Amino acid sequence: MEVELLEIATQLQRFEPFEALPVDAVQQVAASVEISYYKAGSTILTFGDEIHEIYFVRSGSVEVFRRNGTLYNRLEEGSLFGQMSLLMHNRVRFPARALEDSLLYIIPEAQFNHLCEHHDSFADYVELGDRARLRQAVSRAHQSNELMRTRIQQLITREPVSIEATASVYEAGQRMTEEGVSSLLICTADDPEQIVGIITDRDLRTRFIAAGLPFETEVSGIMSEDLISIEAQQYVFEAMLCMLRYHIHHLPVMRDRRPVGVISLSDLIRYESQNSLLVVARILRAQDVEELSALKGEINSSFVRMVNEGANSQMVGSAMSVFGRSVKQRLLELVTEKLGPPPIPCCFVALGSMARDELLPGGDQDNALILDDSYDPAAHDDYFQQLATFVCDGLTASGYPYCKGGIMATNDRWRQPRKVWSRYFSQWIAKPTPEDLLNSSIFFDLEGIWGEVSWVEQLKEQIAGQAEKSPYFLFALARSALSRTPPLGFFKDFLVERDGKHKNLLDLKRRGTAPLAALIRVHALASGSTAQNSFDRLDDIRDANLLPLGRTEAMRDALEFMSMVRLRHQAQSLTLGEEVHNNIDPETLSQFDRRNLKDAFQALSNAQKFLKFRYPAKRNAKQG
Amino acid sequence: MLYLRAKKHTDGHGTPQWPQVYDQLATSAKNPFLKKYYQTGAVAPATPLADLSLVALDIETTGLDPRRDAIVSVGLIPFNLQRIYCSKARYWVLNPKKPLTTGSVVIHGITHAEVMVGHDLNQILPDLLKELAGRVAVVHCRQIERRFLDVALKERIGEGIVFPAIDTMEIENRYVRRRFFQQIAHFFGRTPESIRLAACRSRYHLPHYTPHHALIDALATAELFQAQIAWHFTPQTSVRELWH
Repeated sequence: MEVELLEIATQLQRFEPFEALPVDAVQQVAASVEISYYKAGSTILTFGDEIHEIYFVRSGSVEVFRRNGTLYNRLEEGSLFGQMSLLMHNRVRFPARALEDSLLYIIPEAQFNHLCEHHDSFADYVELGDRARLRQAVSRAHQSNELMRTRIQQLITREPVSIEATASVYEAGQRMTEEGVSSLLICTADDPEQIVGIITDRDLRTRFIAAGLPFETEVSGIMSEDLISIEAQQYVFEAMLCMLRYHIHHLPVMRDRRPVGVISLSDLIRYESQNSLLVVARILRAQDVEELSALKGEINSSFVRMVNEGANSQMVGSAMSVFGRSVKQRLLELVTEKLGPPPIPCCFVALGSMARDELLPGGDQDNALILDDSYDPAAHDDYFQQLATFVCDGLTASGYPYCKGGIMATNDRWRQPRKVWSRYFSQWIAKPTPEDLLNSSIFFDLEGIWGEVSWVEQLKEQIAGQAEKSPYFLFALARSALSRTPPLGFFKDFLVERDGKHKNLLDLKRRGTAPLAALIRVHALASGSTAQNSFDRLDDIRDANLLPLGRTEAMRDALEFMSMVRLRHQAQSLTLGEEVHNNIDPETLSQFDRRNLKDAFQALSNAQKFLKFRYPAKRNAKQG
Repeated sequence: MLYLRAKKHTDGHGTPQWPQVYDQLATSAKNPFLKKYYQTGAVAPATPLADLSLVALDIETTGLDPRRDAIVSVGLIPFNLQRIYCSKARYWVLNPKKPLTTGSVVIHGITHAEVMVGHDLNQILPDLLKELAGRVAVVHCRQIERRFLDVALKERIGEGIVFPAIDTMEIENRYVRRRFFQQIAHFFGRTPESIRLAACRSRYHLPHYTPHHALIDALATAELFQAQIAWHFTPQTSVRELWH
């Protein structure tokens, strides 16, 4: 006879995968459950033993180990274990031990099989490993946003229209009118598929009519060279990022190095209700610091909107970085209007998350100034000091707080000529000290945003070239990347914290995204990559075949998921008018987020273990 | 009569020699179900806990006096040191044939309407005895379960029932109330630690269950007993050290 054990059914129902089962199915499980108490420290499953049930943690916590005895996972209330062993010929694969006094509900094999056969959601849950589950969570989130699942080729409606570089602007204007296009690709005379530039309606207006040039002017005289293009199989959001980043409205689309079309801003605008490009335009038009800082709210609501529309973290991080970069650029324009142009060439550099295109609301301003080698402190420093002060103060006013570590162009140390910067990097790489690395790792994420940006590209090349060949540097950087570990056991209500005296909050940046970004940085430098964005770096790492198969994908999913939770949390704070921060109360997370965050932390932990293995403490520890 | 008989077969601590008591009752009992129950026998006092079949038992009543108050529900769940078997759990709502006081309705959540359709103890007796037979009962506060069942049976079939019981409250008493420091604390006016079921459970970090449902309380008692054994005894401990 089955007796209604409501207490058990209710508890099961609070957690996945039972959550999704019909009520009577859960009651059936509850009625078949066997219960067992395990004192803290006692063994629950021993490797190789026969197993004919799965375990549900009713209370307490359980540690699951790998065969070699290292901790695999720490399970809290509501977790299941034993299913892998059950599916693997009924032999225990992962031994388990009670970490705390634990009460376990044991579900017999027959019941387990019944659930798998009759409920797909249950079968999916138990058959997927942690990594596959995380993969599913991330891709499910992305499928909800059209920007993220539509490929650029789907937007192309016609062949690109082009004209030879030697044709006159007059002919170009006629061609554009005939074809009804707002842009024209410029090709070489002998090969219509060899694209050398582009002209747009706007170019005709500003570079031709306004400049009062004669009709016979060759199009090559007014075209934009250094063509920025995108591949047809890339996603729409990437096209949007590209336009945002370079402030362009037309983007040639290539396939196998041949142009297959051009997409314009108006093609993309329907994918985003209020285009972020408009925010950028307003930033670049601001007349003074006050006007700039007034746009803070607009930037934040742009952020909230993107998160709510289901944009991925890469897209949001990029857009926020573009906003930040535009604010900096505008501030630099404003200050040079006031102080006059710089007396010597210089380059304003963004560091850290903005350089990685991963800036989020509340992120510090980290910046530096690179000056021409002709720099003479007596003659020039006053100017650059004023310039740096104006920009850094303006950034703070616009919602980018001062860097607590003083990594700003206002700091004499970080306002230096090129040769000094080059020496800084050489020293950091050749003779890294732990303190150096702690303070300088942020410099290994750098991006020129104003002035002589090519200097920064050269610095990146220097870094990539030297770092790759400096095992001691990589070793030291790896050690510093391992200094912060993910909170593997975090979701467990630890006994000491039950009385509620400790605020049980999780800093998702400190314990999640930052250590992962640091780890990705090490692998990227080891593979000679000059990329800055963590996802781009992962691409380079994968292409360099530096890691075992599947590792970069696991890191990508973990980074994406942790970032998404962080983004949503921040968007929520902003919506509620609260100050943004990275501390998350796990109680406020959904079952789904908790589980996937756990999987993401697990992936981070695995990645850290691999890093430790790759850069072991003793070996490689000679100077390279 | 029963009292005298039991008295004859006790060990040094006043616990009856249960196998002998059962042998005698198997011949003297008149009710066929009760006779059959006793015939199943009681385990030897030296039996290690690991070899025992146990049954956690809880009854909810209208009050505390077995002569005035009645049983409103019975819950039981068979188990052993390894496992508690929910699939074998049983639960009955009884018609007490004595007025339900408002107070007891509040406690058990069993209303007059439910009780009216409930069984009479007579009807469930064969099943109840079958579940208890061959198993050592584990209860929280043995006086309630033993006295109520004894009186209720006497009222219905003219003869009472005795059975050995392990009392989780009494075990807790040994380890909590009787501890030296506890006594000192008590001496200095601190309230002694509660030995109510929920309080006992929390000491072993067992989860909170909604109290005063006979089956849930039986389950809670079974879990508590497993925890007590894990902490204070070994599976080799013989049953004579625990039962009464």
